[in-house]
Amino acid sequence: MTSETATIAPARKGFRIDFHVWGPVIALLALIALGAFLNPNFLSYGNVTNVLARSAFIGIIAVGMTFVITSGGLDLSVGSMAAFIAGVMIMVMNALVPSMGVGWGVIFVGMAAALVVGVAAGLVNGLLITQARIEAFIVTLGTMGIFRSLITWLADGGTLSLDFAVREVYRPVYYGGILGVAWPIIVFALVAIIGEVIMRKTPFGRHCAAIGSNEQVARYSAVHVERVRLAAYVLLGVLVGIATIMYVPRLGSASSSTGVLWELEAIAAVIIGGTVLKGGFGRVWGTVVGVLILSLIGNILNLANLVSPYLNGAIQGVIIILAVVLQRQKKTER
Amino acid sequence: MSDSPAILEARDVSRSFGPVEVLHGVEIALRAGEVHALIGENGAGKSTVMKILSGYLEPTTGELLLDGKPVRFSSSEEAEDKGVILIHQEFNLAEQLTVEENIFLGRELKRGIFLDKKRMQTEASRLLSALETRVSPNARVSDISVSDKQMVEIAKALSRNARVLIMDEPTAVLTNREAEVLFRQIERLKASGTAILYTSHKLDEVARIADRVTVFRDGARVAAVKAGEMNEDQMAQAMVGRELSNLFPAKSPMADRKTVLAVRDFDVENIVADASFDLRRGEILGFAGLVGAGRTELMEGLIGVRAARGAVEIDGKKVAISNVKDARRLGLVYLTEDRKGRGLVLTQGMRENLTLLALDRFGRYALDAKAEDAALTKAISEFDVRAPTRDVRVGNLSGGNQQKLLLAKTMLAEPDIVIIDEPTRGIDIGTKQQIYEFIHKLAASGKSVIVISSEMAEIIGLSHRVVVMRSGRITGILQGDDINEDQIVRYAMGLEGRAAA
Repeated sequence: MTSETATIAPARKGFRIDFHVWGPVIALLALIALGAFLNPNFLSYGNVTNVLARSAFIGIIAVGMTFVITSGGLDLSVGSMAAFIAGVMIMVMNALVPSMGVGWGVIFVGMAAALVVGVAAGLVNGLLITQARIEAFIVTLGTMGIFRSLITWLADGGTLSLDFAVREVYRPVYYGGILGVAWPIIVFALVAIIGEVIMRKTPFGRHCAAIGSNEQVARYSAVHVERVRLAAYVLLGVLVGIATIMYVPRLGSASSSTGVLWELEAIAAVIIGGTVLKGGFGRVWGTVVGVLILSLIGNILNLANLVSPYLNGAIQGVIIILAVVLQRQKKTER
Repeated sequence: MSDSPAILEARDVSRSFGPVEVLHGVEIALRAGEVHALIGENGAGKSTVMKILSGYLEPTTGELLLDGKPVRFSSSEEAEDKGVILIHQEFNLAEQLTVEENIFLGRELKRGIFLDKKRMQTEASRLLSALETRVSPNARVSDISVSDKQMVEIAKALSRNARVLIMDEPTAVLTNREAEVLFRQIERLKASGTAILYTSHKLDEVARIADRVTVFRDGARVAAVKAGEMNEDQMAQAMVGRELSNLFPAKSPMADRKTVLAVRDFDVENIVADASFDLRRGEILGFAGLVGAGRTELMEGLIGVRAARGAVEIDGKKVAISNVKDARRLGLVYLTEDRKGRGLVLTQGMRENLTLLALDRFGRYALDAKAEDAALTKAISEFDVRAPTRDVRVGNLSGGNQQKLLLAKTMLAEPDIVIIDEPTRGIDIGTKQQIYEFIHKLAASGKSVIVISSEMAEIIGLSHRVVVMRSGRITGILQGDDINEDQIVRYAMGLEGRAAA
């Protein structure tokens, strides 16, 4: 079939800025500039650490959510799942204090428990979606209610508190760090970097995008569609577990109000970052930018007396809708 | 046939996309009661001119005349209001709505502020029975057959009082029998004074139903004749611009008689039963039969995307294949007939599509982007893929180039046995020739090829042996001089049919 050798040039790399790619970054830079302009303390070490450490929980979860959404799925249960994992983790640690004593041993068992419950929860969601073939929205809407109600039941309607002595040992996992960088920030950064590499450089990332674009094509191209889908939900479950491990030492407690609306914040961050809600295209670094945008809005409103912090949600909502509108404009151009 | 005045006419119409002119001053006139066939290779400008005539695109220069008066359609809705309707190849029907709701979509009949359901029902029934279609107005569109959908599209057009009906390859998705029904309806519409513009890659059809033929090549009109002034060969020649002497390369002798694939008593779901056949090294084995005979399902069962039972041996060893990956590992690949739905991810680029099937060749844990790029460069030259840029979305490639890319993707898996389902569906004749040449070379190099095709000429021109299927069973295996249209049709229609072993 060789005729004349067709030479096809790569697309011109001009100086034109692709807003679809750089839009979120520009928005983030604008927010940073605005924050610095409104309050000199905005760029202080304390504030930056605070903002980043608080974003870490949602951020770690949102990285996992990027894979689920890219493969054409959705997970509404992550907020409740985090609360449930936190509750189980606290109960396990409290139960082990009499036999194991207070120390890192107990905490490591607690962390292991968090990861195990995370994997299990991811498996439940994933298996119901891939094996029972129920829509992801329905499955995770159901498990969202189940996890939320389980934590309320475990806490007997109140709050589960971690043993005070254990809490003292565990505290540095949230408040400590190395070289002045807090642990949650380090973990978030690692998760994000690994996630970005997995998405762009591995067969798993490529398979997620292919499944999200067209499941049939993936199936006919020797992709194990169910296995990849399941893996995405389990990965998300593990990341929810990691996020909870970083979260528990912050307050040392879990209740029915833990992690409320985290799922929506995580989904919003993913979408703002340029991942397509219908699946087929995902960008982990975009998700990180999305998370930072959402938390900076809250931070700036708190620091500056320009707009009431109570309007935080409204401004976030506007940003989310704007992000999707920008995505769509790009699509019609193509 | 007298030259009645044209209802809709394009005069010296050109169209540019950006700096590129794709249509160069073409003329076409559609007259009442006439079927006008528009033919040309993919990319010749047929779709562009159809879109201009029906208001989806505006001409860059030149003008449209409706009943002799200049007219500008600012949208397809405006064209529809004036009775000019385009029926897309991929239908524009709301799958979840009923037939009746679709027919009146956007122009619902009302009584006061409420829908006049009764009147719409009667009207829909009237239209459908006029089209000899037995589909119920209350049937959900997702539940009806492809040919019925076509009829619903036509009914929809009629309910809008179509004076000009533009049909984009209406028979591409129809079986021969369904096409017959369509041709009867076209005759009927013609008799009632509708002007019809019709495109098709099937020249025998064109020769049969068209009153007038216009041929496009590279965005220009190269011929406009009355029916009968051109035979099929001349049409093909005008489309391609050169003589197509040997569409099919001469069959090469089979390398040896060694059986590479043996299938015995193979059942697929409730569709295929007791299929048994052998495939030899260097052989091109054709699978003929009517659409719906179970050929595609048989192959999908073989590669493990459908549940199947039966014995399969590859190179004399019993194998179990439960998914595409297993099949690939055994050197067996399947190239789907459904290019857009199952073959390629239209929203992604050529590189991602090319390497998806054989992704493990580019790294188990980390993908080697350089190697992928090199593979794309090689595929582009080897398969003569013509794309505007390397990172174009695959959905923006023409059908022929998509098919070449799909071939390249499949061959990247380095198979020994290649199953190609409808290798040239919806592809222009020049590309067809390239693909035949490729299949021929593949077999000559010692690979084994199964070709499923509904085009008789293709089956006869390519195959060493032909398996004929009917209603899920193999009714005959033909070789040598028995491979001719008459024999194949006899087995396909069940006139002759032993349960072949």
